[in-house]
Amino acid sequence: MARFVMEFERPLAELEAKLIELKALDAAAELHLDQEIAELEAEVEQLRVTLYQALSPWERVQVSRHPGRPKTQDYIETLGSDVFELRGDRTYGDDEAIFAGLVTIAGRRCVLLGHRKGKNTKENIRRNFGSPHPEGLRKARRAMLLAEKFGLPLVTFIDTQGAHPGLEAEERGQGWAIAENLATLAALRVPVVAVGIGEGGSGGALAIGFGDRLIMLENAYYSVISPEACASILYKDASRAPETSACLQMTAADLVRLGIADEIVPESLGGAHRDPGAVFAAVERAISSALDSLCGQEVGELVEKRFERISAIGVFTEGE
Amino acid sequence: MPISDWFKAREGRRYTVASTDKAADLPDGVWLKCPSCKHTLYQGALNDNLSVCPHCGHHFDMPAYDRVLALADEGTFDETEALVSSLDPLRFSAAKPYATSLASAKEKTGLAEAMITGRALLGGHPVVLGAMDFRFIGASMGSAVGEKIARAFALAQAEDRALVLAIASGGARMQEGMLSLMQMAKTAAAAERLSRAGVPYLSILTNPTYGGVTASFPVLADVILAEPGALIGFTGPRVIEQTIRQSLPKGFQTAEFLVEHGMIDGVVPRSELRDTVGRILDYLCAQDVPEAAVGAVCAVPTEDGEA
Repeated sequence: MARFVMEFERPLAELEAKLIELKALDAAAELHLDQEIAELEAEVEQLRVTLYQALSPWERVQVSRHPGRPKTQDYIETLGSDVFELRGDRTYGDDEAIFAGLVTIAGRRCVLLGHRKGKNTKENIRRNFGSPHPEGLRKARRAMLLAEKFGLPLVTFIDTQGAHPGLEAEERGQGWAIAENLATLAALRVPVVAVGIGEGGSGGALAIGFGDRLIMLENAYYSVISPEACASILYKDASRAPETSACLQMTAADLVRLGIADEIVPESLGGAHRDPGAVFAAVERAISSALDSLCGQEVGELVEKRFERISAIGVFTEGE
Repeated sequence: MPISDWFKAREGRRYTVASTDKAADLPDGVWLKCPSCKHTLYQGALNDNLSVCPHCGHHFDMPAYDRVLALADEGTFDETEALVSSLDPLRFSAAKPYATSLASAKEKTGLAEAMITGRALLGGHPVVLGAMDFRFIGASMGSAVGEKIARAFALAQAEDRALVLAIASGGARMQEGMLSLMQMAKTAAAAERLSRAGVPYLSILTNPTYGGVTASFPVLADVILAEPGALIGFTGPRVIEQTIRQSLPKGFQTAEFLVEHGMIDGVVPRSELRDTVGRILDYLCAQDVPEAAVGAVCAVPTEDGEA
């Protein structure tokens, strides 16, 4: 399968292609190009480092959307054991854009929620590219309440472009479903750890996307609006998303600075898809230490702290 | 002075010269056209009619102060948190600097922020009353609006006053980035607490109510009302049409559409809002909710009124 090349990676991909070509030539014709190959390899490595070590916000958005990036399902398969999926909202249907289930993760029995993007077109159509309808969010709420009822910690994986924008979603109360989840999450009487693993698109992300801790992968983003939508509102031109993605301050580092996220999980150079194994292990460690510190807390105190944490977010003035 | 100018000057003294500009030289906002029935309306008459077109009943946007005055018992509104207003934490400057938008919104509306809150009486009931003002950056919710709402919920709980909020909003204030998205969680958390405390909360959705605001505190009310024809939804119709190329039925996302789909309790014309809210509060505020019933699934009163 051809490697998916992100826009900003093109110079590197071209250089890598040259290297492969040179190696093939060398092997076929026995030209003894070892010196040239070594030089080109060094050049590739140099470019790889300069390209990836300081990604712009817009480049990170591209990394967060990379088709090979580990998804909720990959985390469950790798880190989870003894998985039992909970399906359906008991009112309308089962929305595959959201995973809900009983999962043992980081050595603890938990309720796990996650936006579920597909690995291929067929899966993506079934899962609506990870964009939930109200029934998906209501299934998530059902799972939250189940976690509370049986004292299981809640772990969520955030990876969505946003709640589904459509006629049926509006008819069934998309805004209502999101709001109810926010109220439920805010007061849930069990520890809640949210992990931003890819895209964090607005209300559809927030509906399962905050709690006692927010852990962000290095190249994950979380934003009030997609950079494209923001650009088309402000400039009437979605292609100016690179500018708005910087203005919106939506990267993991921005979120920590704004006091919204607690921790950044570093990714391998170039993105989590380059070395998923390392990222899985780092995410497991982050979840484990968050749960360790939360699970010992008295429930009333836990909920009060969460309320104060949410209530403290915002920058305003009370002066004249 | 050439003789031609002298004649012109004399004419100017003798007659009122009709403006040569296309627009009539009238003070701003004296006359306006109803966007629904196209009748020309006198602003004063419109104001006297709660900003509702006397010909077709079209509900115009209502400034926040007019709104609270129209809902509160006469002379009872006492503003709180009047000084809470926005800063520019991200130094947001795409297209137009946020600081400029804030300054011009303040100048245009005379408001400090897109929302006002205060204590009032409504139908004789002590309430906390709030209203959003769409003229102020589309009444979008940033940190300051979120804070004012959270404080309104806290005040209602502390003083055991019902909360009545008139909503209008384009959504989250994107110029504050994630800080504004998090106001959805903050206000929903505040609403949840008030609900748990058993204090009544009514929201009145007015035109337009969209985006992140729809998806937070307004729809968590005990009773949700809306004004006729108000457009209310999460994703706006243009975005739906552009993103998924779905054509939308007539009347989509109107208040009436939402009643049909079970999302709100009723559509109430502006002229009847005060009475309707008052009547609902008569029920919800009338009796002391027994301690045991707060948070319980259902309180069944016994014959002597005890639960």
